[in-house]
Amino acid sequence: MYTFSKKLKISAILFMILGALGIGYGFLTTPNNVDEVKEMMQHENSHETHSATENTSSEQVKGDTHKKASANENSEDAHFTHALHSLQNRPYTAIFIAMFFFFMIALGTLAFYAIQYASQAGWSIVLFRVMEGITAYLLPGSLFILAFLILMAANGHHYFVWMNPDFYNASSEHYDEILVSKSWWLNIPFWMIRTFIYLLGWNFYRYFSRKNSLAQDVASDLTAYKKNLKASIFFLLFFVVTESMMSWDWLMSLTPHWQSTLFGWYVFATMFVSGITVIAMVTIYLRAKGYLPKVNDSHLHDLAKFMFGFSIFWTYLWFSQFMLIWYANMPEETAYFTPRLLGPYQLLFIGMLLSNFVFPLLVLMNSDYKRVPWFIISTGIIILIGHYVDVFVIISPATVGNHWAIGIPEIASILFFLGLFIYIVFTALSKESLEVKQNPFLTESEHYHY
Amino acid sequence: MSNKTIQAIFDDDDMLLKAVKGLKDAKYNIEEVFTPFPVHGLEKAAGLKNTRIAITSFIYGVIGFSFAVWMMNYMMVVDWPQNIGGKPSFSFHENMPAFVPIMFELTVFFAAHLMVITFYMRSKLWPFKKAENPDVRTTDDHFLVEVSTEENVEKLEEFLKNSGAKEIKLKA
Repeated sequence: MYTFSKKLKISAILFMILGALGIGYGFLTTPNNVDEVKEMMQHENSHETHSATENTSSEQVKGDTHKKASANENSEDAHFTHALHSLQNRPYTAIFIAMFFFFMIALGTLAFYAIQYASQAGWSIVLFRVMEGITAYLLPGSLFILAFLILMAANGHHYFVWMNPDFYNASSEHYDEILVSKSWWLNIPFWMIRTFIYLLGWNFYRYFSRKNSLAQDVASDLTAYKKNLKASIFFLLFFVVTESMMSWDWLMSLTPHWQSTLFGWYVFATMFVSGITVIAMVTIYLRAKGYLPKVNDSHLHDLAKFMFGFSIFWTYLWFSQFMLIWYANMPEETAYFTPRLLGPYQLLFIGMLLSNFVFPLLVLMNSDYKRVPWFIISTGIIILIGHYVDVFVIISPATVGNHWAIGIPEIASILFFLGLFIYIVFTALSKESLEVKQNPFLTESEHYHY
Repeated sequence: MSNKTIQAIFDDDDMLLKAVKGLKDAKYNIEEVFTPFPVHGLEKAAGLKNTRIAITSFIYGVIGFSFAVWMMNYMMVVDWPQNIGGKPSFSFHENMPAFVPIMFELTVFFAAHLMVITFYMRSKLWPFKKAENPDVRTTDDHFLVEVSTEENVEKLEEFLKNSGAKEIKLKA
């Protein structure tokens, strides 16, 4: 039985408090009107150069979405209004990125867990409680996402630019045929209903599988196990479809004119590799404390292999999406990559290839290194940072455009959700015994060796 | 004093594995083990060194990658620059994304093929080579261990009998 160590608990709470303070600071320092923006800009003269590259995705939506400015305003004022909206978006964006990042770790872990059941894998049984602990974050994570999305739909802030009613108003100068043609799918009520369905389905599976997994521990037959097997298969069918739709709805719709058929898989690769990395890290932590006596080096080896393999898988999808668009060079498609590859996100966009591909490739290639805990932990940290940047680069160009920074709001948001994640995951881990019993593949897992 | 080689035949892979471990513990010299299928853990029990083919594979991959870089640069930029897809930049790095699939394929191609060839050379295998198999039954359902000894042959035979050998003979 694992007990949540006091040190870890206090640091988790400390992270949350610091994070909450930082998030509050982020909201307080946001400019309220155009004059404040002008003042800010004068303070940061170096930033003035960016107007030359002002071509980001938020402007690709005809007539500039954020603008409530009247048409006869001169372009300089329009520029400042745009800047104002971008700067006002920044704390929301920081929260959303961190919120989604930790949510997707739990979701990726849940998918990995379901795959273990559905494929009747033998090696991973001793890691089930660790995975269940991580997926405990799914429910709070979902509630945060839901609250955020409801807020964004309700407050008229047009964080999701397609929600602006002007686009669908034929008499408005912002009338947008492309968005009108998409509105059968991309309208607020349907969008909200879908979000409900995704979250409900995923959380239901998590609740059901956890219940059965614990029931199997004290069972005398395999009923609970069989229920989980079936549930996992149906969950995966549901998940493959809803995960893709989720990534269109929550992430791709931030740049509503743009579309990519690979996007769902690409987001899946990000969440899956992050999830597996966190499983490996939590496993190593608990094993070092002596709570997982049955986990041997071969289990670690396999987790590290998955980290290695799915890092390459991520790169494959990332590149497949990128290369086709780059090669075809059609304006409506390249609009997504312009701010990322050529604009202000270039450093992050290229840099994440190093941490998400080159680094894990070289470090985890050697078979022996996959068994060295500190190697896995340090590679894991790099991979997680890389995938945070990945989510950052997916979301930020559409919402804050050129006014991005990684400053107090961003780091505070990470700290807050990291603290919450640690608190919830380790509380869940301490609630039940970390040893799985009665699972039909348990013996195979205990004797697993590579 | 000349070496004598004993061939012991087993009909069960668990027995074989136990016998090989026993022989190793008793410091006998195992020359070769013939099995119809890979026996899990046998190479460790027989005291074989870890394969180095992974290292050669990495080196071949790097060679393939470098070859692809050189080849695409020579073909598409140096020798016969072409305007494909409206990208007539004639520079390597601006067209690099288009070359990535080729770099990937040639990396895999070199690593795979050269690794197989290396394996054949290292195992002294080539087409039409006559099998060195001492007993045809080892291609079906029997396992054969060759053990050499300088000492008492009877003692070794006794040892093998006790560890479950079905047949024991002296290699001619």
